[in-house]
Amino acid sequence: MSASQRLARRTVLRGMMGGAAVSVGLPLLDCFLNGNGTALASGAPLPVVFGTWFQGLGFSQGFWEPKAVGAKYEMAQQLKPLSPFRDKINIYSGLKLFSDGKPISPHNTGPNACYYGDVLANPALPSIDSMIADHIGQNTRFRSLEVACHGLPDTLSRRSGTVSNPSEPSPLAFYQRIFGAEFADPNSGDFTPNPTVMVRKSVLSSVTERRAAFMQELGAADKTRLDEYFTSLRDLEKQLELQLQRPAPLQACVVPAKPGEEAPMGSVVEDALANHRIFAGLLAHAVACGQTRVFNVMLSSAQSNFRHTGASDTFHVLTHEEGTDAQLGYQPKVYWFQQQTVDAFLALLTAFDGIKEGSGTLLDRSLIFYSTDTGYAKLHTVDNIPLMTAGGAAGRMKTGIHVAAMGESVTRVGLTMQQAVGMQIGRWGTGGNETSKPFSEVLA
Amino acid sequence: MANERIISAVLAAGLFAFPAVAAPEPAASGAESVVRRLTPEQYQQIIADVFGPTIKVNGRFEPIPRVGGLLAVGAGKVSVSASGVQGYDAMARDIADQVVSPENRATLLACEPAVANKPDDTCSREILSTVGKLLFRRPLRDSELQPLVADAAAATRELKDYYAGLSLTLATLLVSPEFLFRADATQSSSDGSRRLDGYSKASRLSFFLWNSAPDGALLQAAAGGELDTEKGLARQVDRMLASPRLEAGVRAFFIDMLGLERFASLTKDAVLYPKFYADVPGDAEEQTLRTIVDHLIARQGDYRDLFTTRHTFLTPMLGAVYRIPVPENGPNTDPSRWVAYDFRADDPRVGILTQISFVSLHSHPGRTSPTLRGKALREIFLCQKVPDPPGNVDFTAVENATNPMFKTARERLGAHATEAMCTGCHKLVDPMGLVLENFDTSGAYRKTENSAAIDTSGALDGVKFTDAAGLAKAVHDHPSLTQCLVNRVYSYAAGRQAAAGEAEFVKYLGKGFADDGYRVPALMRRIAVSDAFYRVAAPAKMAADATAAK
Repeated sequence: MSASQRLARRTVLRGMMGGAAVSVGLPLLDCFLNGNGTALASGAPLPVVFGTWFQGLGFSQGFWEPKAVGAKYEMAQQLKPLSPFRDKINIYSGLKLFSDGKPISPHNTGPNACYYGDVLANPALPSIDSMIADHIGQNTRFRSLEVACHGLPDTLSRRSGTVSNPSEPSPLAFYQRIFGAEFADPNSGDFTPNPTVMVRKSVLSSVTERRAAFMQELGAADKTRLDEYFTSLRDLEKQLELQLQRPAPLQACVVPAKPGEEAPMGSVVEDALANHRIFAGLLAHAVACGQTRVFNVMLSSAQSNFRHTGASDTFHVLTHEEGTDAQLGYQPKVYWFQQQTVDAFLALLTAFDGIKEGSGTLLDRSLIFYSTDTGYAKLHTVDNIPLMTAGGAAGRMKTGIHVAAMGESVTRVGLTMQQAVGMQIGRWGTGGNETSKPFSEVLA
Repeated sequence: MANERIISAVLAAGLFAFPAVAAPEPAASGAESVVRRLTPEQYQQIIADVFGPTIKVNGRFEPIPRVGGLLAVGAGKVSVSASGVQGYDAMARDIADQVVSPENRATLLACEPAVANKPDDTCSREILSTVGKLLFRRPLRDSELQPLVADAAAATRELKDYYAGLSLTLATLLVSPEFLFRADATQSSSDGSRRLDGYSKASRLSFFLWNSAPDGALLQAAAGGELDTEKGLARQVDRMLASPRLEAGVRAFFIDMLGLERFASLTKDAVLYPKFYADVPGDAEEQTLRTIVDHLIARQGDYRDLFTTRHTFLTPMLGAVYRIPVPENGPNTDPSRWVAYDFRADDPRVGILTQISFVSLHSHPGRTSPTLRGKALREIFLCQKVPDPPGNVDFTAVENATNPMFKTARERLGAHATEAMCTGCHKLVDPMGLVLENFDTSGAYRKTENSAAIDTSGALDGVKFTDAAGLAKAVHDHPSLTQCLVNRVYSYAAGRQAAAGEAEFVKYLGKGFADDGYRVPALMRRIAVSDAFYRVAAPAKMAADATAAK
């Protein structure tokens, strides 16, 4: 087989082999926004965005749950800073998880139930963001984007137990990955497909063509893992394919300036918060510029290692060792750390809400899931884990509601969110946490 | 490296002679072979071996989970995420660009194209087959090579540059599963049992002993069937054990077993521990590795003595934490920054558990953790699993441990002791952790905490002691210590925990380890020349089919 024959059957190179990159079809003309920017010209609304935001060690029991149930609730003491966004936030209280007699690991069981619907994180199960990315994240440059603010690549996002999506801990590296040399500005006037990208896509297919031969001798478990590798490789090919197409213009897309500097990566809380602020801005811009529709933020890992410079204890150590102040009714130093995380969540919402798209904002078409590991950090309980959702999911979520669901499984929030982003799914979770009941009061 | 001279001296003196294996190897079942992803260190080592040390590997690797105490086992449980493939792809193109760059092409590539902007299939074939063989750890089949040569030609035509086309083609080799994953090929023996084929044997050997891909000589031995004979295998194993590259293999194993990769992200509070400079973690890790390599390879020492040796190596930076003046490049010292040092017989520092690496790694940023230290000691060196703390604990009994009346860690932990749910596990780990309280979280020696004298008495499985030297002796003599190492080395080499049908074999290794005076290279040899190491059981799929048929 000659080289030219071989390439002739590679469709992506069709039309470019005769010379320099000539016209590659522009199938996205219908993607121009309508007059007021709330929808694409075709009438389809701007697509929904899904994100998760995680922090370790939650809030202080009795200080975050709103007193009133339903709409028009008032933010409780600890969540007061979120008041300006009250009408865009739903709070879920009273939820629990059912361990079905399995051992409870105080920092893992909660996230396992919230992200995988399974208290033991059965390796066969993908995380909720990954399932949602399969549904809404297929046609963007990045299937999803993960960041962590405590200096480590920790993540809860995964395709399965064998494919985790590690977090980027460096804001500067994150900027480079999204807005570096390979970024194509959707609002830039001229577009020429890059011949190197075409060749890269073409030569990669030789790897895919060896797939069957490579898989031949593998056992079942290895086959599954290698299948996952080939799926990831296919994602790379799709990414290259997208780079060969003129991106759809996006009115709200503004390419951010490169961050001047980043804070040291580590567990000092002020550094983590500084880097979170940069990440929040970059993520909002990345989403507004159509680079992804799914993202995951870890402010800290479960069992938060946040600390002050010069202090011998950490946030986590304090939850164990600090006494409850009789007058205040909470652990004061622990409470302080928790307030920093409330402020950080506020910063993320502010960044998303600050991007105007027609009469709404980027937050309005997003659905951002807040979760944590413990219900009451002092006792490391996994009951009454505070959960929130922010954003209207492009009109699919009613917001500004406090859902008090005493004794119900946390997986009900997960099922609700999957339905809100348009997934055809009627049931989620395993064992005692399997549910077929979304919170219909928040579904529009 | 500092130890190279010593190692060469040892080799020259013929100290690497191993006693004849007395007991016969018991039959072992083998297990299903496991596809392993290359570790970051293996990836980097292969690039350095194949293209030379001037080629830089830039980028971040996806983390590998620790399974059964080892990343080497976790490497058999992971795949690659979408962002991971993007990362590999960027790394691969960067490496390939460096290789074909005008500065490097003459030395790194086997030939030059006839015309710089036109395809040259003959040259491409030579380059891709040579490099491909080293990266895939076996010769490329014609069905693999032919499309690559064609790709290089088409890419050259498109980009009008031979090297640009070649670079992108080389990059695809580096994102190929044949490179990124170690998959075994097997062959049947006359009795129906299955074993690795020659090339897979070569890979298993070289990753085990050198933590890298096979060199040319080993691939040649695989091609010629040498590895399929007892004598031929032993000849190659002895060649590899005598090579200076053994040090990389031994280091890789101990980095994995001791979890030293965590030093990359270890920080200590800069205000409380100002001497824990940015270079200290790296030097602390290197100190322990040098102690290990010197003791186990250069001196052919007894593994157990690692816990009691007072011989080590220091830098001026470490000297600041140890409070020992270390001369820099002075006369009569090692030309590197490293200086051999013996702690005095009455010094509280004895063995690797009292080095900065162990006590700082298993501590919090601002304070020590007897619990973490005790847990690490049991899990890492004795292969015991300490359960995770329970949830929903009533900590009211632990109320206010921040109270200044609790001055020492022993007093703070004592507050836990009243809670029945906690005591079970804390009893397992605290008594040996508290013995190390003389070493603060940065690894520096102290006699007091918050002006209160530190009590370093403790116990390990019934053996009582009053200081770190007593703990060191108890660990040295612990009945689980040596078999734990045997289990770890075998799991590391095989990429999985030993199978039920290998229990007798692992016992045999333990017995042999004792016969060999607990010398680690001898243990590695015993595994490398065994039959069990290369045996493969039927894949689970076939086994499942067989079950279904019943």
